Amino acid sequence: MARNVRDVLDQEYLVARAKILELAAILDRLDRANGEAAEDPRYGLLRQGMELLQQKEDGRAERVQLLFSRPYQATWRDEFGV
Amino acid sequence: MQYFDPHIHMVSRTTDDYETLARMGCVGMSEPAFWAGFDRGSVESFRDYFRQLTDFEPKRAKQFGIQHFTWLCINAKEAENVELSREVIAMIPEFIDKPNVIGIGEIGLNKNTRNEVTIFKEHVDLAVQYDLPILIHTPHLEDKYQGTRMILDVLCSDSRVKRDMVLVDHVEEHTIGLVLEAGFWAGMTMYPVSKCTPERAADMIEKYGTERLMANSAGDWGPSKPTAVPDLIMVMRKRGHSEATIRKIVYDNPLTFFAKSRNFKFTPRE
Repeated sequence: MARNVRDVLDQEYLVARAKILELAAILDRLDRANGEAAEDPRYGLLRQGMELLQQKEDGRAERVQLLFSRPYQATWRDEFGV
Repeated sequence: MQYFDPHIHMVSRTTDDYETLARMGCVGMSEPAFWAGFDRGSVESFRDYFRQLTDFEPKRAKQFGIQHFTWLCINAKEAENVELSREVIAMIPEFIDKPNVIGIGEIGLNKNTRNEVTIFKEHVDLAVQYDLPILIHTPHLEDKYQGTRMILDVLCSDSRVKRDMVLVDHVEEHTIGLVLEAGFWAGMTMYPVSKCTPERAADMIEKYGTERLMANSAGDWGPSKPTAVPDLIMVMRKRGHSEATIRKIVYDNPLTFFAKSRNFKFTPRE
């Protein structure tokens, strides 16, 4: 069941706008804080996450999830001895 | 719309919440055993907890016309204590024939450790021994993808496990496809911050369809919302989904899955 772009924007535009504003305000807060955000790997992950949003292909939510995930090691059973 | 919440921790909720859920259309629920917010010190703590799940909560739910079912286990977080876990697993058969016990759960992994894997496999052995359905807890946040893959590795390499008797919960965008493609049931937990929202749950329904998929609130002692399933119903209606599609996710699918348990005796409303 695919909705029209206009219907989706009617329902989601203000929601998305509010979330972009929240992100902008968080980045401003980080700028005002003491210390260097770039030294914390979490800041780098946030920047990468925001870059992912610029991609045009479907599946952005899945790619963002994977960005914030530990990698899977196929050999884990050998390491655990199970 | 009548609905069934397949994963909600009512021991954490007030009696007022039961009334609210009944007013919202909840006619049935299943409550997996989980962590109490602190590590319990002895098997006797679990025996009392299982009495609460099999005796007290069904009575509390019944006051509001809700049918209460439950799952038993020692959760993955406390599974780090292997000795205690084995004592609890040995005690579970005392409760398996209670009328509202439908399976073993929520078992799985939390931080994806060796001890957690050991106890997870021993729980699977117990479920297989008694031919009971399994409800799986998958880890949160950065541990979810790795842990879900590890859990699927264990389940898929065990030929005794009937995949249509396993519900893998807390799936999100990066794990739902893995679970469904492997032939298991999948549950989406709608929970603020750490799991998924009703809007994202609706997205996953639109992307993956309605087969072997259900939605729950978790409704535990954390910042959760026990009425998350009615929220999903509202989101799906706003998007134009049919009542039949919504009903399949929030009512038909849970009943179909739970009917695989010999103890699941649900009486539909007239």
